[in-house]
Amino acid sequence: MNWKRKDLLGLQNLSAEEIKLILDTAVPMKEILGRAIKKVPTLRGRTVVTLFYEPSTRTRTSFELAAKYLSADSVNISTSTSSVVKGETLKDTARTLAAMGADVVILRHPMAGAPNLLARTIRAAVINAGDGAHEHPTQALLDLFTVREKKGGLAGLNVAIIGDILHSRVARSNIWGFTKMGARVRICGPATMIPPEIEATGVQVCTRIEEALDGADVVMMLRIQLERQQRGLFPSIREYARLFGLNRERLALARSGALVMHPGPINRGVEIAPEVADGINSVINEQVTNGVAVRMALLYLLSGGGMPDA
Amino acid sequence: MKYKAQILDKEGIRRALTRIAHEIIERNKGTEGLALIGIRRRGVPLAERLAAKILEIEGSTVPVGTLDITLYRDDLPTLDQQPLVHRTEVPFPVSDKKIVLVDDVIYTGRTIRAALDALMDLGRPRVIQLAVLVDRGHRELPIRADYVGKNVPTSRREVVAVRLQETDGEERVLILEKD
Repeated sequence: MNWKRKDLLGLQNLSAEEIKLILDTAVPMKEILGRAIKKVPTLRGRTVVTLFYEPSTRTRTSFELAAKYLSADSVNISTSTSSVVKGETLKDTARTLAAMGADVVILRHPMAGAPNLLARTIRAAVINAGDGAHEHPTQALLDLFTVREKKGGLAGLNVAIIGDILHSRVARSNIWGFTKMGARVRICGPATMIPPEIEATGVQVCTRIEEALDGADVVMMLRIQLERQQRGLFPSIREYARLFGLNRERLALARSGALVMHPGPINRGVEIAPEVADGINSVINEQVTNGVAVRMALLYLLSGGGMPDA
Repeated sequence: MKYKAQILDKEGIRRALTRIAHEIIERNKGTEGLALIGIRRRGVPLAERLAAKILEIEGSTVPVGTLDITLYRDDLPTLDQQPLVHRTEVPFPVSDKKIVLVDDVIYTGRTIRAALDALMDLGRPRVIQLAVLVDRGHRELPIRADYVGKNVPTSRREVVAVRLQETDGEERVLILEKD
């Protein structure tokens, strides 16, 4: 199949076939990352802009490296040092970037739906690098890629996603992605952090972590967003760690060889015990490497042949 | 597309490859430091067949790699359909090797230009040679093959279709004409 979309806004609207094409394209991209000279001339003369309204190190750097490895020119704009502080709207900022010749705009924004608005405004390709609590499609794609690479496939796997599902765009994108690819997803977390009617997406809700871990092939731990815990959705960090933290004893409930994943950054000792985060089941560092390969694949698909000039 | 002529049959392909294998050994004075790299798609089975013939003739195994040149093409922005990217698999260091690039047809030379760039990114070979089953002319770049199975003068309206058992389930080379 061929890629026909102008933008990548989320996994909810992608078909399993489109997800497969992205993952398949990331395989040769990963081979490039293993070379002494990690650079191919594919996107020479193209410009990729990362526009981040929220702080991020790994996602932004990952996109920037992906662009550089494909020989695109990349520019980073963080809103604290741009005209956004003077009150410029998202639309105007984006139009300015497009007028300067940006071919791809990668947007992280605290408001859900901001990338969709941008995609309708400019002709450049838009990639959602996380919008509010809505979606974080590239993180989910790198998770899917990592699991497929390690397990040889996705269909039929049991995936447990544990933590703050309600506020997690990573969880949301992963739920769409894994279920579309034929995996069974169980979610678990404090009742205050489980979105209402989430079962409609096809996931199974577990109230106890032991239930979610039982027979799991993949255990995905989510970061407790300590900075967003002022509202107090659980009594204390200690209690959270005791009830929902992943330690060695609990991991033993999962299948042997189960993958331990985390989108980072990790709160060691809160959602995940240090010995599990660094243990043999952990693929956390590989997730980071695979993130670059998946983002290279997306930049290739979104800005390669057949795209009208922006 | 209209059938015009068959220029090689199964035997013809076999003979051409046998001759090229002998020429490779002759020119390189044996197989020391030699490696074959096939350009996807049909260069890959041809490289494997040449390696098998070299083993038969010389009794030595020559490593074979696969090169995907999609990311090195100079025409990506002009294409209607984006080509799928496949893996490059060169499981040996290319530096200081005598590399024979293998492809089915040489035409404008642009594929070979891309392959040379891709190969150089993997290391610094001592020498790069080029083997093709068919040279159909119409070069747009100053590139020529060192080993040619068959020279076939063609018009630009014609298409040289190489069909191999491994990729197409049959074994022949045809000239077709665009409608």
